[in-house]
Amino acid sequence: MNMGDNGKPKLAMYWAASCGGCEISVLNIHEHILTVDSVFDVAFFPCIADFKIEHVNNYNDGYIDVCLFNGAIRTSENEEMARLLRQKSKVLVAYGSCAYEGCIPALSNLTTKEATFNTVYLDNPSIDNPDGTIPQPTYQVPEGELDIPVFYNTVKSLDQVVDVDYTIPGCPPEPPQIWAVLQVVVAALTEGAELPPPGSIVGARTVAVCEECPLEIHEKSIERFYRPYEINPEPGLCLLEQGLVCMGPATAAGCGALCPQVGMGCRGCYGPLPGVEDQGAKMLSAIASVIGAGDPTMEEDELERKIEAVVDTIPDPAGTFYRFSMAHSLLHRANLNGNGKGV
Amino acid sequence: MKRITIDPITRLEGHGKIEIFLDEEGNVANAYLQIPELRGFEQFCVGRPAEEMPRITNRICGVCPEAHHMAATKALDVLYDVEPSSAVKKLREMFYEAFYCTDHTVHFYALGGPDFVLGPDSPPAERNILGVIHKVGVDIGKQVIACRQRNHHVIKMLGGRGIHPVAGLPGGWSRAINEEERQEIEGYAKENVDFALFSLQLFADVVLANQAYVDLILSDAFTHQTYYMGTVDENNHVNFYDGMIRVVDPEGSEFVKYEAKDYAQHVAEHVEPWTFLKFPYLKEVGWKGFVDGKDSGVYCATPLSRLNASDGMATPKAQEHFEQMYETLGSKKINGRYTPVHYRLATHWARLIELLYAAERMLELASDPEITDPNVRIVVTNTPTEGIGSVEAPRGTLTHHYQTDENGILTKVNLIVGTTNNYAPIAMSVKKAAQSLITKGTVISEGLLNTIEMGFRNYDPCMSCATHSLPGQMPLEVTIRDVEGNEIERLSQYI
Repeated sequence: MNMGDNGKPKLAMYWAASCGGCEISVLNIHEHILTVDSVFDVAFFPCIADFKIEHVNNYNDGYIDVCLFNGAIRTSENEEMARLLRQKSKVLVAYGSCAYEGCIPALSNLTTKEATFNTVYLDNPSIDNPDGTIPQPTYQVPEGELDIPVFYNTVKSLDQVVDVDYTIPGCPPEPPQIWAVLQVVVAALTEGAELPPPGSIVGARTVAVCEECPLEIHEKSIERFYRPYEINPEPGLCLLEQGLVCMGPATAAGCGALCPQVGMGCRGCYGPLPGVEDQGAKMLSAIASVIGAGDPTMEEDELERKIEAVVDTIPDPAGTFYRFSMAHSLLHRANLNGNGKGV
Repeated sequence: MKRITIDPITRLEGHGKIEIFLDEEGNVANAYLQIPELRGFEQFCVGRPAEEMPRITNRICGVCPEAHHMAATKALDVLYDVEPSSAVKKLREMFYEAFYCTDHTVHFYALGGPDFVLGPDSPPAERNILGVIHKVGVDIGKQVIACRQRNHHVIKMLGGRGIHPVAGLPGGWSRAINEEERQEIEGYAKENVDFALFSLQLFADVVLANQAYVDLILSDAFTHQTYYMGTVDENNHVNFYDGMIRVVDPEGSEFVKYEAKDYAQHVAEHVEPWTFLKFPYLKEVGWKGFVDGKDSGVYCATPLSRLNASDGMATPKAQEHFEQMYETLGSKKINGRYTPVHYRLATHWARLIELLYAAERMLELASDPEITDPNVRIVVTNTPTEGIGSVEAPRGTLTHHYQTDENGILTKVNLIVGTTNNYAPIAMSVKKAAQSLITKGTVISEGLLNTIEMGFRNYDPCMSCATHSLPGQMPLEVTIRDVEGNEIERLSQYI
């Protein structure tokens, strides 16, 4: 990577509350990383380069041409960094599911900060904490004062704290999609090609995962759902039609339907289809149509009862249908009871 | 009195900060390594179906998702009381060895390597993976990329995805391989063996042939005498996938050997109010603070720790290099076992020996006819209650502990993660490096900052995916203030 200023467009990549998988996904474009290197100067990229917050503070507003921001907003520090990078970046991209819609960390919105601290620091099989010590934002040690960030009660997506220009979905985004997006950006920067309209979701398709899934659909109804270890699914056939929860119908394509192809249902990491606000609600209607597929003559109220009975065989519907989209979910946190069954 | 704040904006999965306090004389009074991050998996996993844990907990870390996926899958084996078939175990282990090959490679070339290949005092802008490539040649850089590529390909083939795999199920695995795929993997494994041998030779040529580096490795600033933990097989050889957890004391005697399910009898976690991360220690010895020695419950779980806790390596070439390392570093052989090596910088060497073992073991498994057994996904009907699973993550023993209701819905989750084991040792290493380097009248230089970094970098802290992934230099800034908090000097590594 080119470090510092060699007169080329400036690239940044930052992680907030994240796992590091987004950075690894960029490395997994393998040799194409050399193209990225030839087009950009890196201005900030803690994973691979050595710039500090002080550098970013000193940049003029808009100095960074493209900032790929991954990770959710979990602490005060995450939010401060989001605001700083928004200010310093011309184009701010929500990169990956955490920044886009909260991802797995936003499952935390089904519980509370107090419960989290209680489980982590006070009540678990290996804890030794007789004084009930809990980490404090500010603490006086004998030598002076030590600070850590404030842990928020609610996990937010990037667009819930700053304006976002583009979104790249996925947990993490798949390398072919990343490379496709980067090629568009490179063409815009080097040949003056047009960028997609601001606000676009890029690096995903406008159809459902099912469209790129090779498993065969036979319009078959189901009587109940099974846990993944309760059946050995027939190879080559749609998992949902065999009673395994698969979020494919409610999830944007672009990943290549990787999970269903190894016999594991989609969990929705590429987020909802375009125009769909609530991925879980969309999934419920997809399930209803699978259940209704068996008998078109069924009365409406009978069908509703059947749908309810079949959906009741899904454990943890909230944590399943909103596995990756809880921060954007219409459920919001307050409406849920303890086990997360709020759908 | 001065206070030095080292605030790396790089975030090991986020974030780390070092606060160094100086006394009136200008010597280090104390140093704190703070982890200002928490995501709370142990709480928000409650209410989820247990079988989803391999697909949820891999999001703890995108650098080592395979480790969490595997610990979770093994916890499900116990939770549902199903013994995986021999073919399932081999398939999982082969997947796991491919992961080790890519993970240890990245660490050595991108993170540990630059300090040695280019030197601790080399210009910081060059002290990264590209600098390494420029120094040793583009061909080697291509080999590193190729190693990552082929092993991520195997991870995707067996686990469904290149990052955040999905194939783990209680008692089984969702994806079998055919003969053609077996042959492909066998070929990759052979390349991995060659690459590991080449890397060890590079280490010998660049590091061991340079007396200054050897002196650095042997120096007191980078030495700690603690307990060591690692998983061993029935012959007390290092194993990443399965076995008993063995702990040796600082003199090398076996302190305890236990099954993963008994972890809570042996390990406890201490809480400090100034950091989000907890400090595990050996329960029987007790938490005595951030101190070395046999009376302190602080233990270490790293590649070097695993070798220290074992009697040797299970594959022939790795065993040769194991013996060479202990002989070279002056370890004595008592009752057929080498005494522990306490030089923390030797962890880089141990990591390469583990890379060789992972490659050799991957080749053994890929050559095993049983590996193509198509029946690896099984139907499970037992009622779940409690399950504990553990593996050796590259950065230490990783334990997942689940309790559920009769429907397999989680009611309690406890996780002791690889790097967490090493939090106290890393904090101690940072303090000791600071104490050795900063004394009355010391001029604080960039080289000093990098040497403090070397104190923790050898642990490959995954709290710092930052220092783990590519060029691997934590950007550090040091602000020196007087007692009133006024800034009197500011230094950073990259200006």
